[in-house]
Amino acid sequence: MSEAHPELGFLRKYVFSTDHKMIGIQYGLTALVFLFIGFSLMMMMRWQLAYPGEAIPLVGGFLKNSWVDNGAMLPDFYNQLGAMHGTIMVFMGIVPLAVGAFGNYIVPLQIGAPDMAFPRLNMLSYQAFLIGGVIMLASFFMPGGAASSGWTSYPPLADIATTGQTYWLFGMIFLIASSLLGGINFIVTIVHLRAEGLTFFRLPFFVWSQLVTAFLLVLAFPALQAAAIFQLMDRLAGTSFFLPSGLVVGGEQIAAVGGGSPLLWQHLFWFLAHPEVYVLILPGMGIIAEVIANNTRKPLWGYRPMVYSLLFLGFMSFTVWAHHMYLTGMGTTMSTFFQATTMIISIPSVIILSCLVISLWGASIRFTVPMLFAIAFLPMFGIGGLTGLPLGLAAPDIFLHDTYYVIGHFHYVVAPGTIFAMFAGIYHWYPKVTGRSMNLRLGYAHFWLSLIFMNGIFMPMLFEGMAGVSRRMFDPTGYVHAQAAHTLTLVTSWSAWGLAVSQIPFIINFFWSMRKEERAEENPWQATTLEWATATPPPHGNFDAPPVVYSGPYEYSVPGAETDFSPQYVKQEG
Amino acid sequence: MDDPQYGWWLPPNVSVHGADIDAMIIWIHWFMLALFVGWGIFIAYCLVRFRQRPGHEAVYAPIEARFSKWLEIGVAVAETVILIAFAMPVWAKLKTEFPEPKDDPVVIRVVAEQFKWLFHYPGKDGKFGRAGSEFFSDDNPAGLDFDDEDGVDDITVRGLHIPVGRPVIVRLLSKDVIHSFKIPVMRVTQDVIPGMEIPVWFEATTTGRFQVGCAQLCGLGHYEMKAALVIETPEDFEKWLDEEHKALGLD
Amino acid sequence: MSEIVIPYQVEPHPMTGVTSGKLGIWVFLASEVMLFGALFSSYVLLRVGTPAEYWPSGVEAGLNVPIGTVNTIVLITSSITMVMSWASLKMNNLRGFKRFMGATIGLGLAFLMIKSFEYSLKFSHGIFPAVGWPEATDPSVFNALYFTLTGLHALHVILGIAVNVWLLFWGISLFKSQPERFAGRVEISGLYWHFVDLVWIFLFPTLYLL
Repeated sequence: MSEAHPELGFLRKYVFSTDHKMIGIQYGLTALVFLFIGFSLMMMMRWQLAYPGEAIPLVGGFLKNSWVDNGAMLPDFYNQLGAMHGTIMVFMGIVPLAVGAFGNYIVPLQIGAPDMAFPRLNMLSYQAFLIGGVIMLASFFMPGGAASSGWTSYPPLADIATTGQTYWLFGMIFLIASSLLGGINFIVTIVHLRAEGLTFFRLPFFVWSQLVTAFLLVLAFPALQAAAIFQLMDRLAGTSFFLPSGLVVGGEQIAAVGGGSPLLWQHLFWFLAHPEVYVLILPGMGIIAEVIANNTRKPLWGYRPMVYSLLFLGFMSFTVWAHHMYLTGMGTTMSTFFQATTMIISIPSVIILSCLVISLWGASIRFTVPMLFAIAFLPMFGIGGLTGLPLGLAAPDIFLHDTYYVIGHFHYVVAPGTIFAMFAGIYHWYPKVTGRSMNLRLGYAHFWLSLIFMNGIFMPMLFEGMAGVSRRMFDPTGYVHAQAAHTLTLVTSWSAWGLAVSQIPFIINFFWSMRKEERAEENPWQATTLEWATATPPPHGNFDAPPVVYSGPYEYSVPGAETDFSPQYVKQEG
Repeated sequence: MDDPQYGWWLPPNVSVHGADIDAMIIWIHWFMLALFVGWGIFIAYCLVRFRQRPGHEAVYAPIEARFSKWLEIGVAVAETVILIAFAMPVWAKLKTEFPEPKDDPVVIRVVAEQFKWLFHYPGKDGKFGRAGSEFFSDDNPAGLDFDDEDGVDDITVRGLHIPVGRPVIVRLLSKDVIHSFKIPVMRVTQDVIPGMEIPVWFEATTTGRFQVGCAQLCGLGHYEMKAALVIETPEDFEKWLDEEHKALGLD
Repeated sequence: MSEIVIPYQVEPHPMTGVTSGKLGIWVFLASEVMLFGALFSSYVLLRVGTPAEYWPSGVEAGLNVPIGTVNTIVLITSSITMVMSWASLKMNNLRGFKRFMGATIGLGLAFLMIKSFEYSLKFSHGIFPAVGWPEATDPSVFNALYFTLTGLHALHVILGIAVNVWLLFWGISLFKSQPERFAGRVEISGLYWHFVDLVWIFLFPTLYLL
């Protein structure tokens, strides 16, 4: 499959590549930079929350006059940071990393394909992502600053907001296009390009998770595309899709004609954004499954129920969206429907997590660095999922809606949830991509420090929310109940800065290990899946000859086998 | 400001329906804790017992499904019970069983704008004057039609006064963007959406001074959008109404 | 970079029975269904939320049903010529392909011209997306919906025409070396074109007749 070809120039090989591995690396590095930026925004916000009105140390002096007053943050800047933190982390950080980077690099290898089904479309997807990301970041430097109406961009506020919101909308259109094209690519690749013998139920769970994720992207994103077009029309063409009649802003009737519905935006937005949160977690679950199977030296427990749960979860994710809208004046019929679907969707989630946990039984557990992150993922995602329960029921949500409890809930799922899964994936596949192993001590330090500080950040938030403190507050201390909870804010802020520092061993490890002379083995984890069957790094075209698959993906400790792993691409005797 | 015990958990509850909501929150959290501790113990046990060591090998197909299936079914049953026996009835009561005139509710029209609350009482005649968005101005924040006789005695203030023991119906309107009417100690939160008038009802059980806040990002001043909530005895409430009426200078 | 051979670009996959390109366009069309579905759902939500006397029928809003009918016939015909162009290719009739593809492109352009004529009619009567119907206290967003939905649809038509133009003038050179592959590309473009036609078949009654 890979034939000799003329050596490509720098641009064709590294910048305009159509090779899924190069594109995966592009996605990965870009996403990590965006994650770093999104995280930095939050660290500034955390200063304002912990020490309201005080000048931000180190960077305060360098920030623009419209952002800070003598180094102390202004409310406008706070709102911009808040909106952009969410937007950047979700759309420019996690999804490109989980799907664009890990998906692109690993999926074709794990299914034994020479590349994705549409390599040039793949390149276009990355470029659309990059353009969208640049537009988003550029908005900070436009008059009026970046978007500041939350990552949720609810109108009428977002309709009448400054120019940054228009940039947000255009940026989203590019980011959505990137995900749509990528999703199509993944579906066709996984359905069509599996190696001989690789039936659907022999696929690694990671590939299944990417397949379902791709369907979510393809079917859910268009709703936000439509909403973004409507909001652009409202902002640029003077329409009133989301503006009811008679609005009075700052004492004056606004110029819009009216007749629109703010709730329409919410329905369209959440129709995407709920499946989007499953896009955020499923690839991570896939990575955790790979790492657990590999480091327990036995097949995953309940592979089939896990796959069926995945499919059911994907389907159900389209039926729960209005649980984000319980407090919009909803009556009993609608709320009953959405509470019921929300309760139902927790079942497949619990099944998948339970199967991963039960996979530890009867194992021979290796505490490698990826495995540490995978083990931690289990209770952390557990907390995230469990805290969804009082939020998913409308009555408790009356109190908890839009408080720090919500922030704690979803961050537990994406931060010590998905991000830990991303770390696990990086540590796990680093030898495959670079041919080197990462340093153990730095890995352990990174893990333990991150685990401690993640909990230091988000556990206090659950209590702060329970105390009634609302989110998106530039300075909550004007509220008596928030003053009482200020110590929790301090713990969260210092833990956030601690978490930042804890990434230093990781960053050092990541770059320094690449330069090591000593190469890692070809299959250092003694894994069974196809990506380990080829050279390191895999050549263009991936496999010298099309691989053939003979068994399931996790044939570890097979009774009677010579070693404790039987790769699925090696025919077993007897 | 009075200082009830605010801390790191639920604030005091001073509303009639708040007890139901608190009960749900507490019970659900016990359920969550049980699941978390149960799974946590199982994980910790596995990490110790099944760690890799000499002489110990993984078992290819080690476990039967029965226990986890029952656990799964148990979780589903518990969630169903919580939903049907607790969540749905509480929601239904709040959304469909509004106080009727025979309950002698206090009705207040609440206008939200960037970044303040306005509380509009019907005055001694018990009738609200006509109001509409075309009348909004800096001098007329409630949007009253001054030509309407019924509105002459209407009271518009920046603090929310309510009596103990009488239900209160609040009719929420927004002038500009989405706000959210939130009183943590009353366990009341209701989004205020432009173009809609959304009613919410509650009844206070104790006197005290508390805060009304905004719980939906509404712009630069969102964090400052507060109002005082004064819950007083029925006598003090009538006295307050009389003072406000006198201040209108009508008689 | 394309020395690697990716299978199923010309031969169909045994399980799905189609080429990768064809599967890909179907998945893309699924996403387009969700996009236009969201737009139509928005129409429903907005209309249901507006008092009936404030929501115009298409004629009340100034839409011209005969012109819309003509446009519908134009698009349906163009779908037929699109199929004929593909069928000609499969029968190795290159001249037939050129004729029918040219007709498809021409009909698509005709649709766009009629549409812009309609738009200019509206503009000359002061009807823009930002104008409510009626211009009263509680206007409906009918005009906003009309322009946005038909405008987006027109963008899709433009894209389809562009692809067909490329196929007719540049892509056609593939026919000599890989006729089946080229026929596959035309088929894929045809599927997209039929979808764009189908969207109009829903748009026309929804906006003009209801």
